[in-house]
Amino acid sequence: MSRQANRGTESKKMSSELFTLTYGALVTQLCKDYENDEDVNKQLDKMGYNIGVRLIEDFLARSNVGKCHDFRETADVIAKVAFKMYLGITPSITNWSPAGDEFSLIMENNPLVDFVELPDSHSSLIYSNLLCGVLRGALEMVQMAVEAKFVQDALKGDGVTEIRMRFIRRIEDNLPVGEE
Amino acid sequence: MVDPVVFELLHTEMVAELWAHDSDLDPGPGGQKTSLLVLEGMGFRVGQALGERLPREMLAFREELDVLKFLCKDLWGAVFQKQMDSLRTNHQGTYVLQDSSFPLLVRMGSGLQYLEEAPKFLAFTCGLLRGTLSTLGIKSLVTASVAALPACKFQVVIQRS
Repeated sequence: MSRQANRGTESKKMSSELFTLTYGALVTQLCKDYENDEDVNKQLDKMGYNIGVRLIEDFLARSNVGKCHDFRETADVIAKVAFKMYLGITPSITNWSPAGDEFSLIMENNPLVDFVELPDSHSSLIYSNLLCGVLRGALEMVQMAVEAKFVQDALKGDGVTEIRMRFIRRIEDNLPVGEE
Repeated sequence: MVDPVVFELLHTEMVAELWAHDSDLDPGPGGQKTSLLVLEGMGFRVGQALGERLPREMLAFREELDVLKFLCKDLWGAVFQKQMDSLRTNHQGTYVLQDSSFPLLVRMGSGLQYLEEAPKFLAFTCGLLRGTLSTLGIKSLVTASVAALPACKFQVVIQRS
């Protein structure tokens, strides 16, 4: 492999590692700043929300994706376009509810948790909770109120990492749903 | 591969969160100083870890100046998708790295308007540089200054024992 090609790959790897390491440093700091895991989880969700609200603009500008007509289309866009673009992974979509208002995103690997082990003292910590906030914030900006939560976590010994997404309602007139 | 914009947004949110938290605990200059130290410390640990993960072939540096060039070219390229605009040195252990359009400041607009806010957005990166240098065997003090957004200078002073 030429030295140049090596440098390119190295650069991409460093860029991904930078994010993963920074996220780890953030979670560590939050665990110091807040007394219990629940509060850390809330902060991660809130920060994720704030990021999601901005990320959606970047996404809409770069992805050329049109308006989604239903939740199924939304699911496809989230998994196959957004996750791919931002995290370099494509989760699979499974477990649709009969009403079509809930589905699961299954991540075989999660870039946020490379090199991470959860100590026993933080068994209630939802390490990647930022992602749930990002999904919630981003979708709110396209008029969808959703709930996102982790139901399986590889970091806690589960086989895969699973985020359950639930459609709550359509948002009319750009009124915000939740607090920031 | 994680898209660079994700790091940028995470960084912005981190600065906001730590700032708010430390200001709540200590509304005066003490709280602000804590936030800057915390951010710098986080950057330091990330820089160290990044440095540890670099392949050995990439690190065949003959001298100190080569390490600084590496930071300006390779580290900056990987982290900010651009190279540092200039590197100057007095050849006595002080280096000034200049970025005319630092990505973490670009979101804040340009000119003199948010000058006061700028240090918050530079602390992590100062730590990052210091941490990477540390893993490469160089002890340093890294500070940053902004004359007008989004241009900034990082000053690296090598600490010799």
